[in-house]
Amino acid sequence: MLHVAIATRAFRRYSTYRAATLAGIFTNSVFGVIYSYAYLALWDANPTAGGYDAQDAVTYVWLGQALLMTIALWGGGSTDDLAERIRTGDVAIDLYRPVGLVGWYLASDLGRAAYHLLTRGFGPTLIGFLLFDIARPSSWLAAGAFAVSLVLAVVVSFAIRFLVAATAFWLLDQSGVKVMSGAFAIFFSGMMLPLVLFPGWLGTLARALPWASYVQVPADIWLGKHVGTDLAAALGFQLVWAVVLLAACRGVLRLATRKVVVQGG
Amino acid sequence: MAEHPATHVRTYGQIAWLWIRAAWQYPTSFVLLAVGNGLITGLDFVGLWIMFSHLRELAGFSLHEVALLYGSASLALAFADTAIGSVERIGTYIRTGRLDQMMTKPVPLLVQVCADQFTLRRLGRLTQAGVVFAWASTYVDWTPLRVLVAVSMLVSGCLVFFGLFVGFSCIQFWTTDATEFANAFTYGGATVTQYPLNIFPREVLVGLTFVVPVAFVNWYPCLFLLGRDDPSGMPDAFQLASPLAGLVTMAAALLVWRSGVRHYTSTGS
Repeated sequence: MLHVAIATRAFRRYSTYRAATLAGIFTNSVFGVIYSYAYLALWDANPTAGGYDAQDAVTYVWLGQALLMTIALWGGGSTDDLAERIRTGDVAIDLYRPVGLVGWYLASDLGRAAYHLLTRGFGPTLIGFLLFDIARPSSWLAAGAFAVSLVLAVVVSFAIRFLVAATAFWLLDQSGVKVMSGAFAIFFSGMMLPLVLFPGWLGTLARALPWASYVQVPADIWLGKHVGTDLAAALGFQLVWAVVLLAACRGVLRLATRKVVVQGG
Repeated sequence: MAEHPATHVRTYGQIAWLWIRAAWQYPTSFVLLAVGNGLITGLDFVGLWIMFSHLRELAGFSLHEVALLYGSASLALAFADTAIGSVERIGTYIRTGRLDQMMTKPVPLLVQVCADQFTLRRLGRLTQAGVVFAWASTYVDWTPLRVLVAVSMLVSGCLVFFGLFVGFSCIQFWTTDATEFANAFTYGGATVTQYPLNIFPREVLVGLTFVVPVAFVNWYPCLFLLGRDDPSGMPDAFQLASPLAGLVTMAAALLVWRSGVRHYTSTGS
């Protein structure tokens, strides 16, 4: 129940900034239009590139714009608060609380993600539907699976951002690591270019890394590229990364706690 | 305000140097930031390259032609962003009251805002853009006139981005939390310059010529460098008009800046 309360507070906190939200929806939509025309040109020259058709490609663009903030691709979200509290030393108070630190910040980030999905997710999608020929989920099953996949995407992304923030225990400042991690996230999530276009070993690698859970996996589920056992495997891929990375978060936190104690904070 | 502009440049340099030394207090972060930013733009180009592994031409343009477009715009953006990227944060300065502090100092406000939190993180992008541009320019059939156009393209491109960043950041004088609105025009403008502009419908191209004039950053002058006819049938004169576009954008931005500062009333704290 406590975690629900944390998530609700985070949701309400973000919903204060209405003008910022509108500006963000506008910006996402502008980028959606730019990438749509770029992909249309690409698929016009090669109509079957990566096993997508032009409609798949444009749908992919708008799904990406909708997911960008929801999964906090650039970093940020509740983990930025954590990094700041580590730098100032306030994290010591967090560690006193009778609640797990990872669970606390995860709940907060899920609240944020819910808000961003309802606004920055649905907003651009609506614009995309008005301007371009976008595919709807191929079935009710696909729609349901997409929803599950979305939650898993946020959890995987949270875990990676938590690990990045935790580097502040050693480096004091997370910004360098955050930029690096953002660069990898943009490239390997399929945000910049669908991973289905990545050739050879690069494609195999990209599809195995956790970042594939961010955009490529949910988008493929929406587009109906995964059916039957393949669908279960896609969700399982995300689930495995979520579990592994959350475990890593706890491990790193344990190491870091020892360091905090040594520092006497 | 009667000082020689060179004084302002020197003041700018001093403030910038201060911030570089400050950033160096976290050396690991400093290095990672530079490398990370180089990586972002580097991977950007890898993306284009991957795109071209699926096609020979994008809207009639080959990889090295697109690389010329990409490299030239990226260079201009990197210069502009290094010099004045901080202007985007003006909303924060207003909210925290720092703008009031700055106004009491005997240095022009724009100089202070632009130099504030100066960061060399864009060095990575600058290097990467330079390499791409150099590679792409080996495919250009150079003549003295083309060299001149190339140089004016880079300078004008800086001016256009400079103008866009300053101009659109001024929105924050009127609304403090709609920063991202500006991104659609600044970063959005930068993104469109990665592609041949004939992938867009003609109305969009007209907008990119007259409203957010990023088409002058690289598209028109690159058509000249490559000796190509304009696939969208815009007047040939546009290919040489970049300096004019740069100056107009810049002048408009300074006007907006001035009226923004006049409009500004402190948060009152």
